[in-house]
Amino acid sequence: MEIMFALVIGALTASGVYLILRARSFPVVVGLTMLSYAVNLFLFSTGRLATGAAPIIGKVENYTDPLPQALVLTAIVIGFAMTAFVVVLALRSRADTGDDHVDGRVDYEAPKDDAKKSAEEAK
Amino acid sequence: MNHWLTAPILLPLLGGILQIFMSFAPLGLRRTLALATTTLILVVAIGLVMLADDGSYRIYAFGNWAPPFGIVLVLDRLSALMVFITALLAFFCHIYSTRGTDAMGRHFHALFLFQLMGLNIAFLTGDLFNLFVAFEVLLIASYGLLMHGGGSVRSVPGLHYVVLNLIGSSLFLIGVGMLYSVTGTLNMADLALAVREVTPEDLPLVKAAGMILLVMFGLKAAILPLCFWLPQAYAAATAPVAALFAVMTKVGVYAILRVYTLIFGSEGGPVADLGMDWLFPLSLLTLAMGVIGAVGADGLRKLVAWQVIISVGTLLAAFSLSTAPATSAALFYLIHTTWITAGLFLVADLIARQRGTAEDRIVTAPRMRSRTLLSILFLLGTTAAAGLPPLSGFFAKVLILESVETGTAMAWVWGVIIVGSFLTVVAYSRAGSIVFWRNVEGHVKDPGRLTLPVTVSTAALIGMSVAIVALAGPISEYTDKTAQQLHTPSMYIEILQTPMVGEEVSQ
Repeated sequence: MEIMFALVIGALTASGVYLILRARSFPVVVGLTMLSYAVNLFLFSTGRLATGAAPIIGKVENYTDPLPQALVLTAIVIGFAMTAFVVVLALRSRADTGDDHVDGRVDYEAPKDDAKKSAEEAK
Repeated sequence: MNHWLTAPILLPLLGGILQIFMSFAPLGLRRTLALATTTLILVVAIGLVMLADDGSYRIYAFGNWAPPFGIVLVLDRLSALMVFITALLAFFCHIYSTRGTDAMGRHFHALFLFQLMGLNIAFLTGDLFNLFVAFEVLLIASYGLLMHGGGSVRSVPGLHYVVLNLIGSSLFLIGVGMLYSVTGTLNMADLALAVREVTPEDLPLVKAAGMILLVMFGLKAAILPLCFWLPQAYAAATAPVAALFAVMTKVGVYAILRVYTLIFGSEGGPVADLGMDWLFPLSLLTLAMGVIGAVGADGLRKLVAWQVIISVGTLLAAFSLSTAPATSAALFYLIHTTWITAGLFLVADLIARQRGTAEDRIVTAPRMRSRTLLSILFLLGTTAAAGLPPLSGFFAKVLILESVETGTAMAWVWGVIIVGSFLTVVAYSRAGSIVFWRNVEGHVKDPGRLTLPVTVSTAALIGMSVAIVALAGPISEYTDKTAQQLHTPSMYIEILQTPMVGEEVSQ
């Protein structure tokens, strides 16, 4: 289970970082979301992974650490709010500058990107 | 348990909630209530400084949960000082904002107060995860404030700022998670004890966590590879917001100072002085970078934004030496630089208002209407910021230079700071002479008059450079004691033994 868990976190982080580096606002937002999923899973695992264990001491023999779960809950709430905000901001930036590049440059490699897009559409 | 510790958090919280509920009330009423809240915060902050000045640590445990288990607020000299610096700055910025900035959007006052709440939580908290929450509170308010006033000039730097800070938050959580997985605690005092007893196989994890946290705090403080977002974002923000943001980088500096003296400090056993050998060259490079940026700045606001980076470099260079005199000198510089940089942002805005389409760009333009007053304010502010005598910047820099022990570190610090100060003087004199002396014929349509609130608040912040010199004795005495307190973390750790409320009764 640990290997599986670690691989999932690693894959999420790698995809998140890759998408953030794409420098287009939509991939960046998706990348941030993936990164926050990875971080949430990572935080969850800091209390050690246990199956079928309740986070209550004294009631059951096999218990798990409740604190990381509280931390993850907080992180999820905050991450969700921040993602909502960054989506609105990305839309705003797109509307203001007429381009979805994070630097807002309208003329940013436009012909090359068009060629790429048409190539993708052809596929 | 001291309930006054919650006041700097509860006041802006309640004030902010009130502002949200009355967002359709007349502007005059909202202004009065918001200013009253900020004034109360300032009064409480002064009270806290006086309370903390006896050198003992005061804690407030939420829900009466004893420290390692519950969240605590801790008041020591450093927290009190930071709360006071912020409160005074916020007071003047808030007065300045009543000139019209707050009328540009309905929620300015609420966001401003929530920003103060986040800052105060960050300065008072004694819990690492709570510090993360405080960062998020102050960040989300700052996102709103940065966008305040709208316009496409703000959306792109705003997007950069938000995305970078979201990545920073992820890094913070990773660092905190790694520390928790090894030590099983997030209370800073308890962490300081726990990292000393880390087994050798867990040691790399703790060190990695420490370095990740340093990267994240470095992003907040804007040290070199992570500082390129700052000039754009600060130059695009409205003046009172940019001025308030002068303290935002100082939150990163505060976090570095707190965590790397307490948890990874010189008494930290296997992780003693972690990362300081990285921080020292990076902060000097940041200083150099800031100076280069200032010399090349094309507008006054950008020039002042680069001054923020210069001051971060100077501060962290002194902190990373990890000696009590250097920390004390850096704290003195921190007080000076926060207020003066904020004052300069306000002066730059006043100048921009009177120059029509030239705005704050360093180009020739028609004469300003209030040229004499503005030029005096600009001269005082830049003299203090560049570190020329007789104003506060000079004393702060001399204290930093004096505190460095003889050796290679001394050569680097002296060289970079003195050459940097010289080039800063060049940058400011170039900007000032073009803006004030080289005028062209013509007149600006509707240059606007200086009103009492903006003049008073700007002059008061710039005037702090004189006040700091006049009160240099008591201030440096206070910072000396603060530095001593910081460099003896064993005293901080004793807060774990503080009895809770019920226990006090039974004794």
